[in-house]
Amino acid sequence: MSFLPYALAAWIFFVGLYGVVTSRNFVHLVICLGVVQSSTYVLLLAIGYRTGKKAPIFTSGVPVKVGAVDPVVQALTLTDIVVGVTGAALLLALVIEIWKRSATLDPDELRQRRT
Amino acid sequence: MSRRTRLGLFVVCGSVLFALFVWGLAGLPAFGTFNGEYGQILNSVAGTERHVTNVVSSIVFDYRGFDTLGEEFILFAAVIGVALLLREARDDRERPRDEVRSDAVRAVGLMLVGPTILLGLSIVAHGYLTPGGGFQGGVVLAGGLALLYAAGHYRAYRAASPQGMVDFAEGVGAGGYVTVGIAALVSGAAYLENFLDLGTKGTLASGGTIVVVNAASGLAVAAALVLLFHEFLEEVMYPE
Repeated sequence: MSFLPYALAAWIFFVGLYGVVTSRNFVHLVICLGVVQSSTYVLLLAIGYRTGKKAPIFTSGVPVKVGAVDPVVQALTLTDIVVGVTGAALLLALVIEIWKRSATLDPDELRQRRT
Repeated sequence: MSRRTRLGLFVVCGSVLFALFVWGLAGLPAFGTFNGEYGQILNSVAGTERHVTNVVSSIVFDYRGFDTLGEEFILFAAVIGVALLLREARDDRERPRDEVRSDAVRAVGLMLVGPTILLGLSIVAHGYLTPGGGFQGGVVLAGGLALLYAAGHYRAYRAASPQGMVDFAEGVGAGGYVTVGIAALVSGAAYLENFLDLGTKGTLASGGTIVVVNAASGLAVAAALVLLFHEFLEEVMYPE
C-alpha cells in the first residue's frame, strides 16, 4: 500500500490537468490549475513522511531523540501554498479584465472573436 | 484547434507525461522510509542552535530565510499586479448599502470577528514555538477582517481597513524582512544571518531574528490578503 500517497498525487495532478485542457470557463481553469498545484503538496508531504515519527515541533513534551518527519518538505509546502494563492489571485484579476473587455469567459469564444 | 483535436492531443501528451511521472515516482523512497539528511540534521540541531521548538519555522525564517525573502516578494509582486490591473480612480461615491439581513448570521459572524483576529495574532506570535507562523496567522488575521464584510457590511469592512493603512502595512511587512537582513550585514554577520540574542527556548523571547522576520511576514501576508479582498470587492461593489 506504500504507493497509495504517490498514486493520489498523480491522480490529483492529472485530474487537474484534464480540467485545464477541457475548460470552457477561465474561472474554472484557474481553479483547475489550483487542483494541479495541490498535487505537489500531497507529493511533497508524502515524500517527507517517516513511519511512526511525529511532527517536527519539539515542545517540552517531545524529546528530540524521538525524531520527526522531514521538516524541509513541510517548509517547501508552505512556500508552495503561498505562491499558489498569490498566483491564483493574479490570474483571477486577469480574468476580470478579460470579462470587462470581451464579455466572455470561454477561451474558445475569446479566440474566435480575435480572428 | 477544435476541441476534439485538443482532447486527442491531451490524451497522447498526457500518456507520455503520465509514464514519465510514474517513472519518476518509482525512483522515490518507499512511503514512510525517507531519510533526508538535511531534514534530520535540522530536526536535531534547530532546538540548540536557534532555541526554537518549531523546526519548520526555523527553516522558513532562518536556515532558508533567503528563499522566504523571494517568496515574500512573489507575494508582493502578485498583489501589486492585482492592484495595477483592478485599481481604478474611483470618486467618493457613497458606499453601497449591503447590510446582511439575517440576524443570526450577523450576530454570530460579528461576534467571531474579535476571537478570529485574536487567534490570528496568537498563531503569528507563537509561530516559532507551536504549529503556525507569520504566513498561517496572517491569513487568519485577514479572514477576521473579511468577516466584517461577510457578516456585517462593506462599509464597516472598509472603515476597519483604510486603503492607505493597508498599503503602508504591506510595505512595512515586506520592507521589514529586507531590513532585518541589512541589519545583520551592519552588525558584521552575513545577510539574514541570525545576529540577535537567541533568548530562552520555549518562550516568546526566543529565536533571535526569527521573531522579527516572523512578525514582518505576518504583517505582509495579512495586508496582502486584505488588499486582494479590497480590489476584488470593489469590482463587485461598483460594476462598470
